[in-house]
Amino acid sequence: MVTATATTEMSRAYQVAASVTDPELPMLTLADLGVLREVTEEDGVVRVTITPTYSGCPAMDTMRDDLVHALREAGYRDVDVRTVLHPAWSSDWITEEGRRKLAEAGIAPPGPAPRRSGPIPLTLTPPSSRVPCPKCGSPDTVETARFSATACKALRRCRSCDEPFEHVKEI
Amino acid sequence: MSAVSKMAFDNAYEAITEENDARWAYGTGFTDPLAGVDTTVPAEVDGADLAAYCLMLGDDALILSHRLQQWCTHAPELEDEVALANIGLDLLGQARMLLTRAGKADGSDRTEDSFAFFRAEHEFRNVRLAEAPNGDFAFSMARLLVFATWRLALLQRLTSSIDPVLAAIAAKGVKEVTYHRDYAAQWVVRLGDGTELSHERMQAGLDAVWPLVGELFEPHPVELRLGPAAVDVRELRPEFDEVIAQVLGAATLQVPDAEPLAGVSGKAGRDGVHTEAMGYLLAELQSVARAHPEATW
Ligand SMILES: [Zn+2]
Repeated sequence: MVTATATTEMSRAYQVAASVTDPELPMLTLADLGVLREVTEEDGVVRVTITPTYSGCPAMDTMRDDLVHALREAGYRDVDVRTVLHPAWSSDWITEEGRRKLAEAGIAPPGPAPRRSGPIPLTLTPPSSRVPCPKCGSPDTVETARFSATACKALRRCRSCDEPFEHVKEI
Repeated sequence: MSAVSKMAFDNAYEAITEENDARWAYGTGFTDPLAGVDTTVPAEVDGADLAAYCLMLGDDALILSHRLQQWCTHAPELEDEVALANIGLDLLGQARMLLTRAGKADGSDRTEDSFAFFRAEHEFRNVRLAEAPNGDFAFSMARLLVFATWRLALLQRLTSSIDPVLAAIAAKGVKEVTYHRDYAAQWVVRLGDGTELSHERMQAGLDAVWPLVGELFEPHPVELRLGPAAVDVRELRPEFDEVIAQVLGAATLQVPDAEPLAGVSGKAGRDGVHTEAMGYLLAELQSVARAHPEATW
């Protein structure tokens, strides 16, 4: 039994928690998505810290349950899942591995999130495209809607192959 | 969902009766949205005032979220249906955290559900802008533009609140409301700078919203007493005016010149004095919870 607080990514409990997948983007693990912040073990209690992508993320409760189940099945009886709000999740936290899996699933990964100081500028026209089509690779794509089936994605269309696709928004 | 497929239950009944499992009994999974967040109130902040302030910002989000949800199955296009539902969901998420924060700050440990479903109309602290009926699409877009422009300016300042929970909720909200404001602004420009008819209706929508704008910049004594834990809404007006001028300029629309809607003896939404529409809205919002007060979801 590990008695000291351990946050090593090598710990077995971390590996178990890191393998749980996101309920809405099941091709990604919680670690790929960057919502798994910390896993510690102390006196037999595994404490997992996660952060929501968006305030209204309806998948948080499912993530908690999935983490508890996965860890219990791996033999950890006492599992405590906590939420942190700060620092706020950023799409920059999606790992390289996560970006590769998104693209493979036909979802364009996000570009770099905006770094802002001072008043936030308005965007009156859809941002110019720098999102390549995940199907044919063409850079000639347009945003058709800022919102999509989940809060974290926008809808786009490729003007070369005409296919619609989703794009994880930069926040 | 790989965790589910790997679970070893002998039968379905065992699965649904396993204790402490929110998934299987649908609707029991709404756990505390601040689970595990340190909700200690800073020593220099008054807990009752902080709770009242969280209700103000939380009720704004909850009530407008309800109005946005009323667009579901009525929006002009599928993309807008999805957009309005997502914006409503973001605001509902902000409301859940703020109402939960209120129950921790005042020491009552009341839950988000207790605040949302079991308060009377005069206990709701939202601005009247949030409760106004949806009207046509132009009115709804004008209201969303005004609301999001004001709330974004407010949340951005609230990220430096001396209450770390409020600051963290605000920092998440800033990222979300930036998208809400852009969405509404793009529609206002598209309709204002569109056909003669769409221009006329967009201007009429703005004109109808404008009497509700003044209230947004009237500070409540609670906000002023909270000092650096809150935001003085009077400071938001220049930024608000600048953004609105930019949108309406691109939309070829006029900034309306309308008298603010009077309150009752100087009292308005922040004091729990609402318009007639609020009672009908709450009747719909609260009916299921009140018909089944012991239910969990
Ligand atoms: Zn393509």
